[in-house]
Amino acid sequence: MAVIAVGAGTVLLKAVGPVGVSGRRLPARVNELLEMVAPAILAALVVSEAFASGRSLVLDARVAALGAGVITARLRAPLWVVVLAGGAATALVRLLS
Amino acid sequence: MGRGVRLALPLLPAAAALGASFGVLARTAHFGTAAAVLMSATTFAGSAQVAAVSVLGAGGGVAAAVVAALLLNARYAPIGISVAHAFRGHVARRLAESQLVVDESWALAGGGTQRFDRLVLLGVGVGLWFAWVGGTAVGALLGKAIGDPSAFGLDGAFTALFVALLAVQLRDRRRVAAAAGGAAIAALLTPFTSPGVPIIAATAAVVVGWRRA
Repeated sequence: MAVIAVGAGTVLLKAVGPVGVSGRRLPARVNELLEMVAPAILAALVVSEAFASGRSLVLDARVAALGAGVITARLRAPLWVVVLAGGAATALVRLLS
Repeated sequence: MGRGVRLALPLLPAAAALGASFGVLARTAHFGTAAAVLMSATTFAGSAQVAAVSVLGAGGGVAAAVVAALLLNARYAPIGISVAHAFRGHVARRLAESQLVVDESWALAGGGTQRFDRLVLLGVGVGLWFAWVGGTAVGALLGKAIGDPSAFGLDGAFTALFVALLAVQLRDRRRVAAAAGGAAIAALLTPFTSPGVPIIAATAAVVVGWRRA
């Protein structure tokens, strides 16, 4: 029951944009706002992935992944290096702590 | 689409392992293997699935599980709208393609920028879908025998990925302001709302893009 409800709800949420507003020309001002969706949501995802634990903000091994991500991004490292560094940094801190 | 699949390659082992982790979790919450795989195939959104299964496993009830999962996925409405212009053709086709929108495929394809490439999104999405569903099946079949594969640094792999994808976005002042606003909203709301709400609320930070005419 929950599987069906979550699945159907998610299908609808994902369809809102591509099915609901596709092809239509949006006003230039709306497009300018939409261009800001990516930095806003990605920054929020970083905060929730690195610090959120349920309803609290915590400082744990994931902060090492944040650091690894910043360093590898600065070095313009390929994506597989970024992902590997993030995983390895987190695992290392967990092993040591 | 080939470029998208190649871009997704570095993520596939982590996605499959997370899928396996979800499969194990689903079994411990008394899900059948088929239900776990069906959920991965249709919902195809890791955090929402984990949330739903955790709530059910803790005896939280169907309504609470559904609400928790859908709040986590509510961000797909603005995410989908930000790339809607690139989707063409019949409704059924757009509906099918829209299901391949996940955070990673959207961001890797340049979602919300002029350079957005729908084929890259589809390629990354297809690759991740197979890894995620396959991983779920393995995790659900083997169950606790394989332990929890997310115990080490898997979550860190995705944290670093989002940092790198965000870094690409920060190329002018307005985008930096949008990111700072989004991060601040998410951090401020996390203690007071259920998971997922801070991320959807963070889209309010797009107002920095509102230029005075």
